Amino acid sequence: MILIGIAMFFYVGAKSAWASEAETLAIVSDTVLSGVAEKETPHEKAGHGDSDHEKFNPGEFIFDHIGDSYEWQIITFGETHVSIPLPVILYSKEQGLVAFWSSKFKHGHKAYKGFRVEAEGDHKGKIVEALADGSDVLPFDISITKNVASLFISVFVILLIFIRIGNAYKRNPIAAPKGIQSILEPIILFVRDDVAKPSIGAKYEKFMPYLLTVFFFIWINNMLGLIPIFPGGANVTGNIAVTMVLALATFTITTIKGNKNYWKHIFNAPGVPIWLKVPPLPIMPLVETIGIFIKPLVLMIRLFANITAGHIIGLGFISLIFLFGEMNQYLGYGVSVVSVFFIIFMTLLELLVAFIQAYVFTFLSALYFGMAVEEHH
Amino acid sequence: MGLLQPHTGTVIWMLIAFLTVFFVLKKFAWKPLMNALKMREDTIENALRSAEITQKEMEKMQADNEKTMAEAKKQRDIILKEAKNLKEQIIIDAKEQAALEANKIISDAKANIKSEKDAAISEIKEHAASLSISIAEKLLKEKLASEEDQKELIDRLLRDTKMN
Repeated sequence: MILIGIAMFFYVGAKSAWASEAETLAIVSDTVLSGVAEKETPHEKAGHGDSDHEKFNPGEFIFDHIGDSYEWQIITFGETHVSIPLPVILYSKEQGLVAFWSSKFKHGHKAYKGFRVEAEGDHKGKIVEALADGSDVLPFDISITKNVASLFISVFVILLIFIRIGNAYKRNPIAAPKGIQSILEPIILFVRDDVAKPSIGAKYEKFMPYLLTVFFFIWINNMLGLIPIFPGGANVTGNIAVTMVLALATFTITTIKGNKNYWKHIFNAPGVPIWLKVPPLPIMPLVETIGIFIKPLVLMIRLFANITAGHIIGLGFISLIFLFGEMNQYLGYGVSVVSVFFIIFMTLLELLVAFIQAYVFTFLSALYFGMAVEEHH
Repeated sequence: MGLLQPHTGTVIWMLIAFLTVFFVLKKFAWKPLMNALKMREDTIENALRSAEITQKEMEKMQADNEKTMAEAKKQRDIILKEAKNLKEQIIIDAKEQAALEANKIISDAKANIKSEKDAAISEIKEHAASLSISIAEKLLKEKLASEEDQKELIDRLLRDTKMN
């Protein structure tokens, strides 16, 4: 952790120095996907770099960092971008299935085969296809973006860790846990004994694989998101698509496993006056039905918001350095010390949040499963 | 890309990735893991229970041992006491026996001596009688070698006899 902090110190320290030399915009906008402020031609960019009028825009800076992108930016020295190109996979009505490396976009400055990364407007940051008649359409986009690539890396890491552990348990079930097994076993037992058992009850066993998968999936992705450089740094669990799929999984399992008692509670809750359950005033069934959908929706938003907020705060402190650096170079240096201190503090806090959010998601999922399979007393 | 707008491509990839992780881990990690944990817990529970039973048995055995020891001590004391008594008895008996035997030997010896003495006395008497007879015989033979002597003796004897 401290190492990362020190690395960040130098990183942001260096940046603040550049920022003061009115290169802020060139650097910052180059670090983001689409060359947001640079319109489309690279020539224009040089002009921007020379002018002192463009101000550092922290909002844009932050939102470009927590968003997704088609290439994996690693570092930028002046005008040189170091980034990993990722595969762009598109399906358009005109050209069918198209696949190419995102490096063809030249960091968002160039169009390729009529496709370009939109810099402005409603579709900002998305790939749009320019048709022959001059109109733009959105192709069906299943590109391996930064988030997806990061997702694959985390999947690989998760599979590697847990298949190894699984084999260790298979080989010698009674032996005391060793190595990584002994780190993860208490957590697995925690999920089983403190999350699944009290929430679900006797039938907890059939939900264990899902709960453990969700817990470790979220936790490991949260922590990978805290690593500032490749292979971490992507905002996977702060991506609404990712949390949506997770919430949908909980929703699907709850709905499928829901027993008679569960549905009875929703449509014919016992102990509620009958006039609240039938038209013209069916409030209870209505509220309960909405609740079915609200619960996964809240799961989705909570995880997304918490993780994104953590990233925003960290980036906010970095932005502070740029903002002060714009006023005065030495002010930038001074602020960087404070900022880095806060970033370290926030990162430690985020480590805790990473665990807590994984726990909360798992715990609430377990609670919903518990409601779904609860028997009538 | 809007922050709150789920991107279709990401949803699709996420779905694939998450389902892969779920099914692979379910088969290769969670199943052996949960089984192993259960097995281990059962083993530990059994071990603890059997340890408890063993401890109880040990305690019982120890109590038994102590009881046996105490009994053995008591037994030993009794045996020792008995042995002591027996020893004293034996000594007393032996003394009595020895005294009795000694008395018997002494009385036997006394009787023996008496009979021997009696025999010796009677033998001496006999011997003395026969000796005196033979002396007398020899004397007579010598004294009564002549006729006169014989007559004289007879006369004296007759006189003596008359006197008596």
